[in-house]
Amino acid sequence: MRTFRYERASGDEAAVAAMAASPGARYLGGGTNLVDLMKLGVESPDVLVDVSRLPHTSVEHTGPGGLLIGAALSNSDLAADHTVRTRYPVLSQALLAGASGQLRNAATVGGNLLQRTRCPYFQDPGKPCNKRQPGTGCPAREGVHRNLAVLGASEHCVATHPSDMAVALAALDAGVHVLSGAATRTIPVTELLRLPGDEPERDSVLRHGDLITHVELSAVPEAAHSLYRKVRDRASYSFALVSVAAALETEGGVVRRVRLALGGVAHRPWRARTAEERLLGEPATAEAFAHAVDAELAPAEPLRDNAFKVPLVRNVAVSALSDLAARQSDGTARLPEAR
Amino acid sequence: MEAPVHASPVTLYVNGTARELVVDNRTTVLDALREQLDLTGAKKGCDHGQCGACTVLVDGLRMNSCLLFAVARDGARITTVEGLADGPELHPLQEAFLERDAYQCGYCTPGQLCSAVGVLEEMAAGRPSAVTAPEHPSGQAVPAGDTEIRERMSGNLCRCGCYVNIVRAVDDAAGAQAGAGHGGSEGGAW
Ligand SMILES: Cc1cc2nc3c(=O)[nH]c(=O)nc-3n(C[C@H](O)[C@H](O)[C@H](O)COP(=O)(O)OP(=O)(O)OC[C@H]3O[C@@H](n4cnc5c(N)ncnc54)[C@H](O)[C@@H]3O)c2cc1C
Ligand code: SF4
Ligand code: FES
Ligand code: FES
Repeated sequence: MRTFRYERASGDEAAVAAMAASPGARYLGGGTNLVDLMKLGVESPDVLVDVSRLPHTSVEHTGPGGLLIGAALSNSDLAADHTVRTRYPVLSQALLAGASGQLRNAATVGGNLLQRTRCPYFQDPGKPCNKRQPGTGCPAREGVHRNLAVLGASEHCVATHPSDMAVALAALDAGVHVLSGAATRTIPVTELLRLPGDEPERDSVLRHGDLITHVELSAVPEAAHSLYRKVRDRASYSFALVSVAAALETEGGVVRRVRLALGGVAHRPWRARTAEERLLGEPATAEAFAHAVDAELAPAEPLRDNAFKVPLVRNVAVSALSDLAARQSDGTARLPEAR
Repeated sequence: MEAPVHASPVTLYVNGTARELVVDNRTTVLDALREQLDLTGAKKGCDHGQCGACTVLVDGLRMNSCLLFAVARDGARITTVEGLADGPELHPLQEAFLERDAYQCGYCTPGQLCSAVGVLEEMAAGRPSAVTAPEHPSGQAVPAGDTEIRERMSGNLCRCGCYVNIVRAVDDAAGAQAGAGHGGSEGGAW
């Protein structure tokens, strides 16, 4: 590993200034992804700017019924938050479905959003990879790609974004507060992470030194009826093959509000807007769900070894929506009791 | 202490004792424990967060010490397997592992034990896991049992495959803890 200088940021502005001073610097959150990539030689920063102790570790209620989540909050603390569990269960469930208890205690919200792909070529500096070293090619297309993308990929990169949390945040239309230079802006999480196109080296729209300070959730009434479902090669402690974040509100058996995001299928969480639009006003039945999700997946372009993901994610989405519909029709909305 | 730019002075409170060190910034907590403090209980299995053999408690929370830079944890309270026993009195989890024969080669055991200490705290504090019912009230102790323990201990691999007995041991200790009213173990971050 290359040597580096370590700076503990004393505040947001100081953090941004420290990054601006060093083009090779990186922010350090919990380190569960960055330290790993430094050991692998994928990342070799000359300066680490530690933002894990910035005072962004709370979940605050905002005026209009939303939440403001600090970027340095741990994944476990966010998952255990009572308001998150009751009003946005999909988010708590997505976090708890990710990594392990140990990793979730160290991992931060900001770092989780910006974790890098688990594509095996990206993680091996001995191999070509357009994301790690632009212009060297994408061996995954012909090589090992069982867990890579089926939607929105490009000839340059077929990687998937590995975060579970981000899939839930995409379904919830979360906003990401970013400090760039002296200005703060809010970027919808669905736009923060990007498709690879011809710049696969850029996972997100952020520029060097942009600091994530908070994630904001607005009031989403139907999120009280939401869930996260993840399919993987083993029952726990494994990245998703595919996953689904879904929220549904029905009235008299008809879809009133619906939110659907798919994980493990693209370079970013895949918000299934085509399916959502098709479902509004339709009967909340498995058939209608299947038709809508099929329309969403029509543009899928699977590779040799990952075609299984298309029917898999379809079936998981249909079962998730069907379960949410059943809970509402029989009145068993499953929520923790208020304290 | 004067340190070059790529090294830093740090103080770690390890098993109750302040330890002042100068670490190369690249040093992980795991390497600082093993190489500089002669605490070789925490093991280096994978060095990439994938096995749990390096699990220690950092300010009461279980973490993979192979992914933590020591410089970033300056000031932290760290408990390793060497700090679980109270003098000659083994920690109830250590007793339970002996009683249930919950290991074979023992390589994963220090990580399993530290992780289990965290698991018991988390369940007692009502922290949910992926298999906790969504309607379980926040903050109310989560009952142990095989499903909860398997899920919560899934970050600790055992290449000898002693999982069945590990689950039994953790469940025994959880039962003893619940019986005694909550308390006892290390950590206590909540
Ligand atoms: C064995 C293993 C299994 C895993 N399984 C899963 C899984 O199943 N599901 C899942 O979702 N994840 C999984 N993970 C990944 C884990 O969730 C991430 O590593 C973690 O969330 C990253 O958070 P961190 O704070 O440790 O980030 P770091 O490693 O500190 O940082 C990650 C990136 O984010 C940048 N960054 C950090 N904070 C900020 C900020 N505030 N502003 C701007 N940039 C920032 C860093 O510069 C770095 O580029 C797994 C990891 C391991 C090692
Ligand atoms: S899929 Fe993307 S990350 Fe993987 S080898 Fe191709 S360019 Fe690299
Ligand atoms: S050595 Fe740290 S998780 Fe394997
Ligand atoms: S006892 Fe040998 S690895 Fe677990």
